[in-house]
Amino acid sequence: MDFNDTPEDAVYRAKASAWLAANAGEYRNPPAIPYSREEFVRRSRAWQKAKHAAGYTGITWPMAMGGQGLSPMHSIVFSQEQSRYHVPTSLFDIGLGMCLPTVFTHGQPDVVARYVAPALAGDEVWCQLFSEPAAGSDLAGIRTKAVKDGDDWVIDGQKVWTTNAHLSDYGIIVTRTDPSAPKHKGLTMFIVDMHGPGVEARPLKQMSGGSDFNEVFFTGVRVSDSHRLGAVGDGWKVALTTLMHERLAVGGKPSHAPGYATLMALAATIDTDTGPAMAQRDVRQRIAASYIADEGIKLTQMRALSALAKGQVPGPEQSISKVVVAKTMQDMAAFAMDLNEAGGFVTTGADPDLARLQGSYMASAGLRIAGGTDEILRNIIAERVLGLPGDLRPDKDLPFNASVAA
Amino acid sequence: MDFDFSDDAKALREQARKFLDERSGPKVARTVMDGGDATPLWREVVDLGWPAARVPEANGGVGMSSEAACVLAEETGRSLAPVPLIQSLMATEALLLLGTAAQQARWLPGIADGSIIAVTGWAEGGAASPAVAHARVSGDTMRGSKSPVADAAAAHLAVLSATGSNGTQLYLVDLTGPGVAVTPVATLDLVRPHSALTLADASADPLGTPDGYHDWLDRAAVLSAFEALGTATAAMDMAVAYAKERVAFGQKIGRYQGVKHKCADMFIKLELARGHALHAAWAMEAGAPELRQAAAAARVASLEALAFCAEENVQIHGGIGYTWDSDCQFYYRRNRALVAGLGSRTFWSERLVRSLEQRNAAAA
Repeated sequence: MDFNDTPEDAVYRAKASAWLAANAGEYRNPPAIPYSREEFVRRSRAWQKAKHAAGYTGITWPMAMGGQGLSPMHSIVFSQEQSRYHVPTSLFDIGLGMCLPTVFTHGQPDVVARYVAPALAGDEVWCQLFSEPAAGSDLAGIRTKAVKDGDDWVIDGQKVWTTNAHLSDYGIIVTRTDPSAPKHKGLTMFIVDMHGPGVEARPLKQMSGGSDFNEVFFTGVRVSDSHRLGAVGDGWKVALTTLMHERLAVGGKPSHAPGYATLMALAATIDTDTGPAMAQRDVRQRIAASYIADEGIKLTQMRALSALAKGQVPGPEQSISKVVVAKTMQDMAAFAMDLNEAGGFVTTGADPDLARLQGSYMASAGLRIAGGTDEILRNIIAERVLGLPGDLRPDKDLPFNASVAA
Repeated sequence: MDFDFSDDAKALREQARKFLDERSGPKVARTVMDGGDATPLWREVVDLGWPAARVPEANGGVGMSSEAACVLAEETGRSLAPVPLIQSLMATEALLLLGTAAQQARWLPGIADGSIIAVTGWAEGGAASPAVAHARVSGDTMRGSKSPVADAAAAHLAVLSATGSNGTQLYLVDLTGPGVAVTPVATLDLVRPHSALTLADASADPLGTPDGYHDWLDRAAVLSAFEALGTATAAMDMAVAYAKERVAFGQKIGRYQGVKHKCADMFIKLELARGHALHAAWAMEAGAPELRQAAAAARVASLEALAFCAEENVQIHGGIGYTWDSDCQFYYRRNRALVAGLGSRTFWSERLVRSLEQRNAAAA
């Protein structure tokens, strides 16, 4: 057992680290004031372009797609080094992590040639149009329809929770093309122009006050059949490709989220009515519990990385990540606010650690839902890892239009 | 990065799992609970060379890495094997870490060939933690009592904590010598035998230092974490198997989220504990400064997983799980044996946070 890089990975890390030191210097610290939307987009594109010019984009993609043709370990090494800086990457995470791999796996050759390179170079931003008001956890229940009209398809319906839709140039969209087929069978995926006529993205304001995602309305939107991804009726299979990439892309704790060390620093400043907080046994037990969850997830990820480094498929351990991370963030933040009594509730003039924990408390409520709810993730662990039988799904084999009517 | 056991350790784990699947498990635990004799199983374990795994070749052993002890502890825990292997491995770690060449030469060959069974003990029956010992050593003899001590009835050597002129540390006590009385004590675990040792001026040979005692506690915690992981995994597997076969309201109970989410939570707690246990195994083998915190985290996380799996296994089984004839009780009871064996989650959580504070202070 050792935690060191292989010689090859070490060389790559040194190279990446030197490049980042020379090019990401201005991002050593978080921005003093949050960027405006325009500034965020400008900086995100500039950073993506800089990485692209230096050969740090599409690290695991095939060379034929403009990628570097390297291993997942190279990509992880670069991400680890990049995460030392507060560089803006979130604008491209979904497009490059999920949408474009779906495009080059399932797209027609001229479409692949048209879209992959500009996305990699940071010229075009992509979003993923999956969830709908009536189809969240039950994603295959989507109702947005696409109807064939000559060489085109005409799309009508509504998507929701679409991250960055308002900043995107293109999206991949799952639609229902055959309402008389069972719900997983009648779906088809397309590439859609987010600036095209009939597309309207309206930012949603979140409970936390932020606006990262949108509801998106499609009214008579025309898409050429050449922009179909996969066969007609194969949309669910294609969507699973995307979601597989999502599972590889997300999971860990959001970088810079408060952890057990924040809780320790805060507790060191607090006097309770029974003495210093750090001298209280319950406080110390909670710090230990936070450490076990935070570090336990990191160690779990290292187990997965070790498998990748040996060219193996990581085991099921990775599936526990988000379900632990999100609830731990919420519990830890709530405990920190409890420790501060009424002070934990006041945001004016809050100490920076407390302010981060207050922010984490608000954000974690969303994190427990986004990208698979706690409940869906437990179903996945129970069914795919432990082999327990699936939930009863009474509508699974019915024609979709019959089950919706019921 | 290679955060996994070596191929040697994995091969040993496979061998141990295969053998213990066949020769141990809840059925064998029940025969022992009912008064059966597990000595023949112990003889087979000795013949397989497991007590010799960590003993250096010069002392008649195999000289494997500490990873070997970890996988043996896990498989023993999984199979509930009624043999004094984990105690023997813990005592061996004490001798390897703290023993003089003479002490090692005196005891390790016998441990390796099975002629000596060695156990460890810190508890004195009350609410004290492993950090405290009321047993006293003055000159070269020990007075006091130690209880409960697992597997002591069959043992020849005990590694015991006691307080001497330098503080609380470990001592080697020959259980066959004068001044030692070993009497059975009943505990909640009806399979693993425990004893009370009464020491009336028993000869006590100092093993290491007070600091060395705590260094040994770290290593014992790593082995106990692997044992707990094994036992918890067996409890989870039992619960999952039942959820796949039991039918209620016209379907397998494993379809209900109330049941399947409990099973998922077992898996989640186990995987967190496994990450910490592997980290601690690495720190133990590498002699890394992180061992104190890694061992404490492994101990707390594994006890957390074991308590949850053992308790919810009974719950998933419902009424049948609460019967005497169900195997659920073995995991439910063994959970308490493992807590009592090396100090509770409270003690080890405190030790974890203290080591984090010390690390922070050193970094400041």
